[in-house]
Amino acid sequence: MPTISFTSALKRFLPAPIVTVEAPTVGDAFNAVFASRSTLRGYVLDDQGALRRHVIVYVNGEPVNDRVGLTDPVGPRDEIHVFQALSGG
Amino acid sequence: MADRIHVGTRKGLFELVRREGAWEVVDAQFLGDPVSAVLAADDAVYAALDLGHFGAKLWRRDRAGTWSELAAPMFPTKPEDGEDDPHPWSLGKIWVFEPGGVAGRLWAGTMPGGLFRSDDGGESWSLNETLWRMPERRKWNGVAGGEQPGIGSVLVDPRNPRDIRIGVSTAGVWATTDEGASWKLINHGMYAEYMPPELREDPISQDVHRLSRCAAHPEVVWCQHHNGVFRSEDGGANWREVSAIRPAKFGFAVAAHPTDPKTAWFVPAIKDERRIPVDGKVVVARTRDGGRSFEVLTKGLPQRHAYDLVWRHALDVDASGERLAFGSTSGGLWISEDGGDSWTMPEARLPPIAAVRFALG
Repeated sequence: MPTISFTSALKRFLPAPIVTVEAPTVGDAFNAVFASRSTLRGYVLDDQGALRRHVIVYVNGEPVNDRVGLTDPVGPRDEIHVFQALSGG
Repeated sequence: MADRIHVGTRKGLFELVRREGAWEVVDAQFLGDPVSAVLAADDAVYAALDLGHFGAKLWRRDRAGTWSELAAPMFPTKPEDGEDDPHPWSLGKIWVFEPGGVAGRLWAGTMPGGLFRSDDGGESWSLNETLWRMPERRKWNGVAGGEQPGIGSVLVDPRNPRDIRIGVSTAGVWATTDEGASWKLINHGMYAEYMPPELREDPISQDVHRLSRCAAHPEVVWCQHHNGVFRSEDGGANWREVSAIRPAKFGFAVAAHPTDPKTAWFVPAIKDERRIPVDGKVVVARTRDGGRSFEVLTKGLPQRHAYDLVWRHALDVDASGERLAFGSTSGGLWISEDGGDSWTMPEARLPPIAAVRFALG
């Protein structure tokens, strides 16, 4: 089952532990996490369910292709990482 | 008189309390995070965060003093035929909170131009769908040339909570008399000299930086407009330019006296492309005769090489009309206890200030 980990920058606002979920796509993985952590959803996704502009999601180190529909597939051993996009100095 | 002030800044929320005649910072929350709006009412404090990466957030401090995060206002699913909508269907930031005049009710004005209502003290919010789904909303222009219009003023009639006026940057003044079930664009008499001739007096093209109404005479409304100062005596429908404002007609903030319909305060700046005080002097302009004349108040304010700008939510007056406070983009915070005649600065060097608010009630 894929694992999801969240940037430590979120720790200031709310708990976001590493979780393992059963899901075929990035979007399904998020839905599984946010089902029990509804507040976390708004930190990662905008009101339409797309990735926030300044959030970036990697699957095994590669940024996801579909930032709107979150349809990128994930396999049982994949690792999903959620980071803030770096900007500024 | 109000003895408590909340200050929302680029790097946190600060609370000041008056003790033995002096104001001091007693609390700092959300250090490092931008606070875009604040309201203290009904024993609660509401703070909106504008997190760069993670979006707009809503927090509330309860009677016991505990902060907790609440679900932020959220836009509904964008319809499939909405592709040409110029505005995003996602909360940009909460710009202003106002009490709704009914127990538990709050209004939140936001970017990209959604007005939200809560009837349970901020626990849950619903978008005013009528206003948001009006075809005219697509003509609303963004703040500072951006894609997001902002509802920066929400005036709830103290006599009738169903009667509400909102000021929009940039879309004029809108009114409802049925609690938001229907809306009308009502402003006439404002003008924007920087617009093309055919749009100069167009009501929807007016950039209403901020509205403030006299609580005891709610028909009297003052406006700091992008193009100058205007005053209405009929609840925001008809406006007359207040050309006596000095030292400049540009600015963002206005505070109406709570009981005297002829008194209001402004913090003018050199217009538009510069946005700094005239001659490097921070001043407050006060009229006591309905805008016929202004006094330029300077006592206690920096008069040499000061480049502070005061945003639209960063000037407030308390219910007595004697205490005022304003904060600047350079983190200056000044408080007056004599209607603006003189000002003092608490011992603090604050981050850039977005919102200054006396605690209500």
